[in-house]
Amino acid sequence: MRTLKFLLQKEFRQIFRDSGILRIIFILPVIQLLILPWAADYEIKNIKLAVVDHDHSDYSRQLINKVTASGYFILTDYTSFYDDAMRQIEHDKADLILEIPMSFEKDLVKEDKAKLFLAVNAINGVKAGLGSAYLRSIIQDYNGEVRLNWIQFPRFNPETNIEVVSSNWFNPLMNYKFFMVPGILVLLLTMVGSNLTAINIVKEKEIGTIEQINVTPIKKYHFVLGKLIPFWALGLLVFSIGFTIAWLVYGIVPAGSLLTIYFFAAIYLLAVLGLGLLISTYANNQQQSMLISFFIMMVFVLLGGLYTSIDSMPGWAKIITKFNPVSYFIEVIRMVVLKGSGLSDIKYQLLTIFGFAVVLNSWAVINYRKRS
Amino acid sequence: MSSTSNKNILNTPPTGGERGTVIKADKLTKRFGDFTAVDQISFEVNKGEIFGFLGANGAGKTTAMRMLCGLSLPTSGTGRVAGFDVYKENEKIKRNIGYMSQKFSLYEDLTVKENIRFYAGIYGKSDKFIKDKTEFILKQLHMENEADKLVKALPLGWRQKLAFSVAIFHEPQIVFLDEPTGGVDPVTRREFWSMIYQAAESGITIFVTTHYMDEAEYCSRVSIMVDGRIDALDTPSQLKKSYQAKSMDEVFLKLARKAARSESNPTKTA
Repeated sequence: MRTLKFLLQKEFRQIFRDSGILRIIFILPVIQLLILPWAADYEIKNIKLAVVDHDHSDYSRQLINKVTASGYFILTDYTSFYDDAMRQIEHDKADLILEIPMSFEKDLVKEDKAKLFLAVNAINGVKAGLGSAYLRSIIQDYNGEVRLNWIQFPRFNPETNIEVVSSNWFNPLMNYKFFMVPGILVLLLTMVGSNLTAINIVKEKEIGTIEQINVTPIKKYHFVLGKLIPFWALGLLVFSIGFTIAWLVYGIVPAGSLLTIYFFAAIYLLAVLGLGLLISTYANNQQQSMLISFFIMMVFVLLGGLYTSIDSMPGWAKIITKFNPVSYFIEVIRMVVLKGSGLSDIKYQLLTIFGFAVVLNSWAVINYRKRS
Repeated sequence: MSSTSNKNILNTPPTGGERGTVIKADKLTKRFGDFTAVDQISFEVNKGEIFGFLGANGAGKTTAMRMLCGLSLPTSGTGRVAGFDVYKENEKIKRNIGYMSQKFSLYEDLTVKENIRFYAGIYGKSDKFIKDKTEFILKQLHMENEADKLVKALPLGWRQKLAFSVAIFHEPQIVFLDEPTGGVDPVTRREFWSMIYQAAESGITIFVTTHYMDEAEYCSRVSIMVDGRIDALDTPSQLKKSYQAKSMDEVFLKLARKAARSESNPTKTA
């Protein structure tokens, strides 16, 4: 225990003397949490729409008005030729083309049906998909209005009068910040935990002090604990700063218990620190360690369910996310913050993360050798 | 300044010997793949001796030293340090040795006092011992005013002297010094060697590598490594006699010239 005391004393002194690390700890969460949630917005707006109107009728104009009035679309081109509109797409000036055929009004009134053509620039898949879905629903809506207001119905009304209204549980206003901010906080904790630990140990390898420590009778677990404990405390500090910002700036107050979140974060940090430790046993210098961390972070972020929903991933990718600690914490923090889940609801994730912590740390301790 | 005039100022090296063997290597070998860094070296070091470990760059000195310190696992051969086996009892060896590596190994972002306290602490020394001895050492190094300065603010020579004091702070039986005076000015080098003599007088065995041939003359006995093997081992005066050389410098050149794998001309004499 005495040995550990000396190790901790030394580690904390070094951390608080390193202005670089302090800056990272305090400025990183502030910047990330102030900027990212505003940029990482799922709502697609400003979809550029080119309309090819062959009909030039009242009905076609009404339709276009309705589309532009929705607020999601910007009318970038209004033309009578499909080729013109296509050119707009080629030059990336339009995302969608809505083609209204020649006899649109006539068909609608007389034949009781009309066809519209939609062409989508699928280079930005999300925008294309959401854009056409929005447009579809606006047209549907318009269709309903037209039929109700202007068309004489036959005796038996073919119009279905069932309307679907959805309500968003747990995040009634569909505020994306409520969704993103906790997730970004998780990423932050992961980065601070694994990177700082790995770099700290690898730095000792580079300057040669680790050899001086290896030549002392110090126990492996003393050394490892001496590194884990300071960064564990640091991680929780960063997490607290992050939560304070989330509350002050975005008004995010967990629906569930803050204690539940901290309990999970404490276990989660052990897993992440174990990962950092493991990286440091393989990397010989800071560049190597940075590169490995960077690669792992990329996989963690893209397969973590923050930006893309895990539910919509292909089966094999879902299996990979099972090995990604980030995905569990993102799930848990959303459950607790938005839904108010308690410890019993997250016990599966808690146990899994605990398993991660045990495996990663044991692996690191086994792989850390005092003798080559 | 010539190497002989240097020697006269320092006392005659302690001979050790009568008090027993503290390091014993028998055909100790280390291979990295098909490269044999250390090739069946055998030697004994007596208690209280200053044992000089010479050789060109890449001759295998550091690797041999790392095996004895328990930092590197030997490929074959046997070795005992402070009575413990280098294979199985390496952690026990560590309790009884001090080590000063080629790389500067104190924490530059800690103060002089904090460095001493840290290393003494992890060797399990008591607070009282640390406090008393720190004061004593700072006085001895004339560094009382630097006690609370960060180590990175000290000049190289001071740092090396401090590193040596830290390496023997826990009063080990043996201290291993890997090129402790590399890059240090001649005056500081002299001061450093008088510290080594003091430590040897107090009973600590010194195992030291160096490239400075005047320093070789200060040693009780000297071994010279060439291509991973020990080609010569004797007292400096005996070595000069058998190689019909006027100085250790000449002895070294005669031996090192045979080296197949060293850098073109590795002698760095003072």
